[in-house]
Amino acid sequence: MFKHIYQINEQAFIIDFGSIINTEINDIVINYHNYILSNIDKIKSLGIKNCVPSYNKILIQFDPFLRNKSKILKYLNSIKIKDINNIKNNKIIKIPICYDEEYAIDLNDVSKKTKLSKNQIIDIHLNTIFHVFMIGFMPGLPFLGILDKKLSVLRKSSPRVNVEKGSVAIANKMCVIYPNNSPGGWNIIGKTPLDLFNKNKKNPLLIQPGNKVQFHLMNKKDFHLYDK
Amino acid sequence: MINKYFKVLRSGTHTTFQDKGFVNLQHLGITTSGVVDNELAFIANSLVNNNIYAPIIEFAYQGPKLKLIEGSCRFAISGNVNFNIIKNNQTIIGKTNQTYKLEKGEILDILSTIKSNYGYFAIEGSFKIKKEFNSSSTLTNSKIGSNNGNCIKENQKIYFTKSGSNYNSYININQREIDKFIRVVPGPQMNFFMLKVIKKFFNNYFIVSKITNRVGVRLEDNIIKSIKSHNIASEGITKGAIQIPANGNPIILLNDHPTIGGYPKIANVILADVYKIAQYPIGTKFLFKKVNLDEAENILFEKEKNLRKILNQIKIL
Repeated sequence: MFKHIYQINEQAFIIDFGSIINTEINDIVINYHNYILSNIDKIKSLGIKNCVPSYNKILIQFDPFLRNKSKILKYLNSIKIKDINNIKNNKIIKIPICYDEEYAIDLNDVSKKTKLSKNQIIDIHLNTIFHVFMIGFMPGLPFLGILDKKLSVLRKSSPRVNVEKGSVAIANKMCVIYPNNSPGGWNIIGKTPLDLFNKNKKNPLLIQPGNKVQFHLMNKKDFHLYDK
Repeated sequence: MINKYFKVLRSGTHTTFQDKGFVNLQHLGITTSGVVDNELAFIANSLVNNNIYAPIIEFAYQGPKLKLIEGSCRFAISGNVNFNIIKNNQTIIGKTNQTYKLEKGEILDILSTIKSNYGYFAIEGSFKIKKEFNSSSTLTNSKIGSNNGNCIKENQKIYFTKSGSNYNSYININQREIDKFIRVVPGPQMNFFMLKVIKKFFNNYFIVSKITNRVGVRLEDNIIKSIKSHNIASEGITKGAIQIPANGNPIILLNDHPTIGGYPKIANVILADVYKIAQYPIGTKFLFKKVNLDEAENILFEKEKNLRKILNQIKIL
């Protein structure tokens, strides 16, 4: 299932599922992670402090003072693909987006770099069914892929000090939504009025890893009504 | 029962409530947070008979100035810190690593940290604050945690639970020396760097830049370039990781680091030394020194043993 596990410091292992980025490998990563997370007693007894899935790796942070590394390794190695592969979570989440120039502050720039018209860019973006590879960087921020390579642009050379909450931004073959105001270097092509992260809910995430995401068009008037 | 509280007359540079930090939330994008310098926080909390992980106030550079409006309290300050206690218009110069009793109307003025960045203010019975995600830590860049995810602000009230008891305690420890070595274990992407660059990493001095905060410490004066790409597929990260961005100036991650990172990691500061790099003042010159994982673990366990010894040496004044 995974290639190998290596220890990166006194308190963490990396479970390595290879170096390729695709939905098949990422689904295994997410299911493996969900399996570990569902076994709370085991997490507690082994002193696992965090289990962080990404494209093709899982970081396992543990309490080094328990001195039970070998037990944790044994547990991680004991998980069989038959234990995890029955969990599916790929429902489609619909996310409204407004591409008005007030919000899509890098759309012109992306248009120049990709030699596509703004409408072409919007069209491709709206017609992509994204896979949610992971949540991270800041609370609730989803990494969505894989973006059509025609839309592939580099990150901005100098990041913005503040990107507004709800901004939808692209870089390389990925798309992100900023759940809160934050510094950021991605190219902003629109904005959603939805709350992606609600800390008062039992599950604070609107979008889960493994979900699919499709954007749908929202005009400025509806955006303002929603945003109130 | 009346509410016991301080009023904040001056907030200080970056004053927050902290404890052990957030657990098992990193997959949601919530990083670990928590006290930067465990040892100092444990000392301050132990002096006032608290659990070592009880909520504590952490300050950086300039600390807060607090007036006790209702109640009395017993408190301790740890670190290399200048502070005054103002009683009946008399100013008493405070000493760290011992407790003081403060009465209604008196003022505690935490002026600054000395040759270090972080200091701690603990109070007997700890602070009365709302937990979030089962922690009293504050993650200001994500607006999550106690105090609505914010730094402590001027004019706000800080509530606490217990009236101060009448005895004082102290602990005899030397002020820390600034150690010019930071020990590291090789990072998972050390092979992104040529042998001569790795030598440069270990043989040349780095300088702590102006950007040093709870998120991380940026270094300068010794450019490190990778041979491979400047980016990896983003993956989970922990504090102490030394990331090398495209400009070649390393970033060492601290408690409020992003949950995932896409820069190659050349090395990892050993857990026993993370606090040292966090406490280095801007402009500090230092060298990295390589150890292996077994050594790093032994150093960590040894440090823990010593800390327990120190905490057992608390005496009544």
